[in-house]
Amino acid sequence: MLPDRSEAWREELRKKNKNKDRIALERVGMPEVDAQERIKHQDVEVNCGLSSEDAQHEAIRCMDCANPTCISGCPVGINIPKFIKEIELGEFVKAASTLKDKSALPAVCGRVCPQEKQCEAQCFYTQKLKKPAVAIGYLERFAADYARENDKNPQIPNISKNGKKIAAVGSGPASLSFAGDMIKKGYDVTVFEALHEIGGVLKYGIPEFRLPNDIVEFEIDNLRKMGVKFETNFVVGRTASFEDLKEQGYEAFFVGSGAGLPRFMGILGENLNGVFSANEYLTRVNLMEAYQSESETPVLKGKRVAIIGGGNTAMDSVRTARRLGAEKAMIVYRRSMDEIPARVEEVNHAIEEGVEFKCLHNPVSYQGDENGRIKSMKLQVMELGEADASGRRRPIPVEGKFIEEPVDLVIVSVGVSPNPLIPSCLPSIRTSEWGTVLVNEDNMQSDDVDVFAGGDIVRGGATVILAMGDGRKAAESMDDFLTK
Amino acid sequence: MNKIIGKEYFSEKVVAFEIEAPLIAKSRKAGNFIILRVGDKGERVPLTIAGADEKRGTIRIVAQIVGASSKKLAALNVGDYITDLVGPLGRPTDIHNVGTILACGGGVGVAPLLPIVEAFKKAGNRVVSVIAARSEELIILKEEMEKWSDELIIMTDDGSLGRKGLITEGMKEVLERENVDEAIVIGPAIMMKFAAQLTKEYDVPTQASLNAMMVDGTGMCGACRVTVGGKTKFTCVDGPEFDAHQVDFDEMMIRLKSYVNEEKVLND
Repeated sequence: MLPDRSEAWREELRKKNKNKDRIALERVGMPEVDAQERIKHQDVEVNCGLSSEDAQHEAIRCMDCANPTCISGCPVGINIPKFIKEIELGEFVKAASTLKDKSALPAVCGRVCPQEKQCEAQCFYTQKLKKPAVAIGYLERFAADYARENDKNPQIPNISKNGKKIAAVGSGPASLSFAGDMIKKGYDVTVFEALHEIGGVLKYGIPEFRLPNDIVEFEIDNLRKMGVKFETNFVVGRTASFEDLKEQGYEAFFVGSGAGLPRFMGILGENLNGVFSANEYLTRVNLMEAYQSESETPVLKGKRVAIIGGGNTAMDSVRTARRLGAEKAMIVYRRSMDEIPARVEEVNHAIEEGVEFKCLHNPVSYQGDENGRIKSMKLQVMELGEADASGRRRPIPVEGKFIEEPVDLVIVSVGVSPNPLIPSCLPSIRTSEWGTVLVNEDNMQSDDVDVFAGGDIVRGGATVILAMGDGRKAAESMDDFLTK
Repeated sequence: MNKIIGKEYFSEKVVAFEIEAPLIAKSRKAGNFIILRVGDKGERVPLTIAGADEKRGTIRIVAQIVGASSKKLAALNVGDYITDLVGPLGRPTDIHNVGTILACGGGVGVAPLLPIVEAFKKAGNRVVSVIAARSEELIILKEEMEKWSDELIIMTDDGSLGRKGLITEGMKEVLERENVDEAIVIGPAIMMKFAAQLTKEYDVPTQASLNAMMVDGTGMCGACRVTVGGKTKFTCVDGPEFDAHQVDFDEMMIRLKSYVNEEKVLND
């Protein structure tokens, strides 16, 4: 049990409502922009956020359990009951600072974490009552947004500096989380980013209708105010070597360079014009703002668009295609709707936005026109066999059964591999056969003792929150390493 | 932000800049490229590094003015800043002492060729260079190429400088008369295609430096993919140089035209 649970205000709050009454309350819904309206804009956020009243109502549902299992479902270990009870009390800014104790990016996590598979999956309501979990994700977003909009002069903690210089490579969620923890421990932290903007996948990958860039920017600015330095347009290992940086006084490195290298299926016609990786498509639209007429970066627009794959990135791509004018936008997925890996919320949003799901189909070739632009795809019809190692039923081709589907744009979203650039510059670290950096899982330290790593460069394509958890763990152990 | 400290028009459509970038000047190697962006709405444009002055902390880039982005770059002057510039990117050229190198550059392809020629010469090779363009005013970096080549052959379509004819004619002359150990070709895709066909006839190992379209340039987007030996490769991290005899130049030429319609709109 966490000690703050016994504080007087918490005890009093618990007495205020009987558990029976708390349980009787309905879970709040998330207000959304109407689907027909939102598909007209690339940068209008779909979820509107809770009102103060709804947030407090939802906070009452939380029973402030003696053994809060929700915390064990959170990769960064947020004190969930505490921030929820602060919301119940109306202390919204306090709730946000409780979040910030553990999370460098609460407004981001409140939007993109798969809460239903993490904290909410461990909630007492889900586990024991078989009722909808407390809406922890919605509440997290509410508190973070409230503080951003209302707390104009947030307190910057006064940290005594220890004078040690350390660096984070890449500026995605793993590195930002790492940097946030290390700056609080008194280090002189510099984050190096190869692109011209900070945020990594939060900026180039996740569309603004799901995570607005100014929300990301605000969280980055908080880190800046705490003293984290950011260097853009800097490829560690190339612009300057690790050795050069060590000579400049950097004592240790956290590599959070992500998994960016897109995978392709290696099928006929995959290099036709109009066949994109999801990363290229999303980068052109999100980072380079190709949807705006002033942007000099173009993007091909299609009327009939197919996205190959069923993950969150596939949902982001297909919904982006709808917003860019696709009349028919479809997900082509080789298993059935039951196995689709994307979040339920994202799948539902896609359905509301008119996306078609062509499950149990798999592309085998693409055909182009005389100018080399894709005009159709040949799909193999699939069926499901026995469960495989992943626990999901294996997709099997139905022999001789194919369909031809006309398309003018295809976005391939079948996974990514670790970015090879950093490992290729660091012969002292070991990589797996998939190209991921091998680390000691207890402390995220690589074979080169000065180099720690986390996020997708270690995991090979996971979630924002798992990357942030790695960043926190690496910060903890790098601190141990440098102070012992 | 990187300051422009020198600007020179090689021709009406080709402009060279000297840009402050001390770290890149120090770490770049022959064959590397940079990506730059002009203005907040600017496109990320890959350009090879034509040279560097480590003492002055500057790099030289050469750009051909073709679309909206290169026009905006060309409009910058000495004292202006490049909004973003990142590098060095790509794998450097494999420089070694092998004997005789045939170095071939078409149009602005001579700019990335120059540091490679310099490096091969310094590594102790005999370097015979063939450079080509439509006419005299489009021949660039002639003096520097002369300096680092044992012999320089110039070919122009109209005969206004050097000899009249295509680059392959100059190359053929060299391949006929002496043993060539390795070749490198840089220029328009169509030129590299025919140059590669020629060196294949003579069984000379040949590298081509490919100017694919890119967005991030660090192995993330896959825009720059090319087929080499039947496999998909990313020009930015696997290249930009590949075995020219294995590159599918026809596919590359089609991919370079991906945005032909969109660029028309921007240029109008």
